[in-house]
Amino acid sequence: MSLKIHQDHSRFKAIVRGKIKANLRKYVQKGEMLGKKGKDAISIPIPFIDIPRFKYGHKEQGGVGQGDGEVGQSLGPGQPQPGDGHGHAGQGEGDHALEVDVTLDELAQILGEELQLPNIERRHNEKIVTQKIKYTGINTTGPESLRHFKRTFKQALKRQIATGTYDPKKPVIIPTREDRRYRSYKLQDLPETNAVIIYMMDVSGSMGDEQKEIVRIESFWLDTWLRHQYKGLESRYIIHDAVAREVDRETFFHTRESGGTMISSAYKLCRDIIAADYPKSAWNIYPFHFSDGDNWSADDTRQCIEMLKNDVLPNVNQFAYGQVESPYGSGQFIKDLREAVGDQSNVALSEIADKDAIYNSIKDFLGKGR
Amino acid sequence: MPKSLTPRLAALNEEILGYAREFGLDFFETIFEVVTYDEMNMVASYGGFPNRYPHWRWGMEYEQLSKGYEYGLSKIYELVINNDPCYAYLLESNADVDQKLVMAHVYGHCDFFKNNFSFRHTNRRMIDEMANHATRVRRWIDKIGVEKVEDFIDRTLSLENLIDQHAPHIRRNPDPRRAEDEAKANERVEGFKVNREYMRGFINPSEFLESQRKKVEDEKQRSKKFPERPQRDVLYFLLENAPLEPWEADILSILRDEAYYFAPQGQTKIMNEGWASYWHSTIMTRRALKDDEIIDYADRHSGTMGTRPGTLNPYKLGIELWRDIEDRWNKGRFGKEWDECDDLRARGSWDKKLGAGREKIFEVRKHYNDITFIDTFLTAEFAIEQKLFVYGFNDKRNSWEILDREFRKVKAKLLQGLTNFGQPIIEVVDGNFENRSELLLAHKHDGQDLKGDYARETLRNLQSLWRRPVNIVTRYDGKGVMLRYDGQNHSEKKVDL
Repeated sequence: MSLKIHQDHSRFKAIVRGKIKANLRKYVQKGEMLGKKGKDAISIPIPFIDIPRFKYGHKEQGGVGQGDGEVGQSLGPGQPQPGDGHGHAGQGEGDHALEVDVTLDELAQILGEELQLPNIERRHNEKIVTQKIKYTGINTTGPESLRHFKRTFKQALKRQIATGTYDPKKPVIIPTREDRRYRSYKLQDLPETNAVIIYMMDVSGSMGDEQKEIVRIESFWLDTWLRHQYKGLESRYIIHDAVAREVDRETFFHTRESGGTMISSAYKLCRDIIAADYPKSAWNIYPFHFSDGDNWSADDTRQCIEMLKNDVLPNVNQFAYGQVESPYGSGQFIKDLREAVGDQSNVALSEIADKDAIYNSIKDFLGKGR
Repeated sequence: MPKSLTPRLAALNEEILGYAREFGLDFFETIFEVVTYDEMNMVASYGGFPNRYPHWRWGMEYEQLSKGYEYGLSKIYELVINNDPCYAYLLESNADVDQKLVMAHVYGHCDFFKNNFSFRHTNRRMIDEMANHATRVRRWIDKIGVEKVEDFIDRTLSLENLIDQHAPHIRRNPDPRRAEDEAKANERVEGFKVNREYMRGFINPSEFLESQRKKVEDEKQRSKKFPERPQRDVLYFLLENAPLEPWEADILSILRDEAYYFAPQGQTKIMNEGWASYWHSTIMTRRALKDDEIIDYADRHSGTMGTRPGTLNPYKLGIELWRDIEDRWNKGRFGKEWDECDDLRARGSWDKKLGAGREKIFEVRKHYNDITFIDTFLTAEFAIEQKLFVYGFNDKRNSWEILDREFRKVKAKLLQGLTNFGQPIIEVVDGNFENRSELLLAHKHDGQDLKGDYARETLRNLQSLWRRPVNIVTRYDGKGVMLRYDGQNHSEKKVDL
């Protein structure tokens, strides 16, 4: 009996993958599923993978339970399920919609296949790998330096109580050799970060919540894809209205200012950050800028284009600009960019009308494989 | 790879086996295999049969079990297969006290499998049979392609619960009498007896013979009500009458066999788990436990017996009922005199020192299933003592809540949930509905409506086997409805019931 389940397991995973693929457009637009499961994986509900039967509606059914409580008392959140925590032959009817965990890496792969994204040509291939210790469990043997004191004493306490040698009045616990417990560990390879995304966003009054939601979702997918490509990734966040400042991710998505818009201020800061922290020779650099296309003056726009041409584009893998449609913006900026730098190979421009457009916008940004 | 028992485990097994025999348990030879948790998850995913036919849903099961284990939500301690010999699995990483508990529990199950009447007709060579099924399915996959075969299995699984739970045997061949009748009918159209061969054409002209033959044919059609009586075994009906390809029929028969094999386990879940728990607890506490194992044992045992609000734990309900029966028959708390006594004090101190408890439970484990077990032995006192209640969904407050603690209602609800294994009762009523080869099913409504989206999806799968439109009569909100799927569209119309 080798583990022949792996065949059926990968078959199942292939089916799930197919379902995710088929619904990818829907998932891409959905913000709420994102980041639900921590940083490595997310939970995606898969429609109808359990097998339909003639059966009673769950709410129709009700049943008999056991325990304390008055009539009329609520049984608490969650659906009561006749479960017993034991596996048993022939049992286990799948009653709930299936939630599968998908790693972000796999999701990125699916995204790549579906959008036919080319793999990024890296400018810098060197990977510096470091190792990290990950503690995975408890063992009965191990080096003394990894002894788990709490577990060891718990074990000793258990033994002493059971053998009747524990005296509550004189609670001395002496672990024997058999009581000792040790942490067990695994070594993990950690690739060094060698790519950076610099997000810039206009937070002036004309950028509403809806626009920011779009930026948030889109940046999730950009992150996911680039992380899939690079295995290690740094992110920096710049917000601007008339002036620019660097912030953390949380602030980035939740700031709303009312001032005017000077895009050049952001580009200037972006340029400075690159110069200070990310030498071109060792970093793959991705500035992404989102705004509603309104800029303070034609003069400022000219300044932006100068800076792009001279300082930013020569140093980065790709510069991307996403224009989110808003009722207030004139939408002029993308036209100016298109005219000035639209033909450059490491520039990606995208107009995002609404959530529905995120799907294609991702392709605009990532389709060049830069 | 599973290992046979280490000398240490073999010694423990020897010990537990001795106690089990001493207490009078009677079982097939039981073979333990030692597995890692990963192998345990795998075996459990296959419903206990590692050599089962390939299908994605075992992979899904495995994914869920592995995840449950990784997150520390669940761990499978025990797994045993009804077969002769019985097979059971031990988790390699378990401590001795766990292994002893599991062994004792397993011997309880094996005794039940061997002796309870519900299992009398199950295939005791199911391990071989399952491997045989797997070979057949694989052969079809090689021939027809994995997509097509798996898709057919998916659709058939959707109908898997449509068997006759109470049929003692699986019928596999058509009724031989019917074949006989048909042969006779064909004989009769030979026409009148002819003595001289040259007269044949005059006495039995071909038009006459043809009309005779047609008459017989018509008569046969008319007399063959189809099916003659409503048929609960929908899978069998399809096997006999649906226009299936040979490979489809083969797979359908495989899934039907397996459904029948597992049916008795569903019908005796409370009894069986209770019985096994009763015996692990008896064997451990009376014989096998060492002093320093008591805490771990208590922890394990109470973990298994724990109840959460809104769930019914078959282990707990089962063991308590067995103990209650034993106690009542030990003390003589049954029969006319007991039933008619309404003096609370007398009832409380009632003890006729009959000592017939052990004997009684051995007898009960032979002749009952969950329904008759609960119906016969669940008393009002027991329901109060065990704090049983009926729960249901309160639409207004959008929550599950305790509805009632009244004994009769508790018992009725419990029995309702066990009837037909908690599945709706559905029959084939007509295989030639409206004289258009449509299929008509009827749902015997018992107060609970079918889940609508599932019903429609199931009809779709049924239609793909029957190839002609399919219909089912049921009730929604008290009104008769006929759901129909014609291969392209779903529709429904009101019907009077």
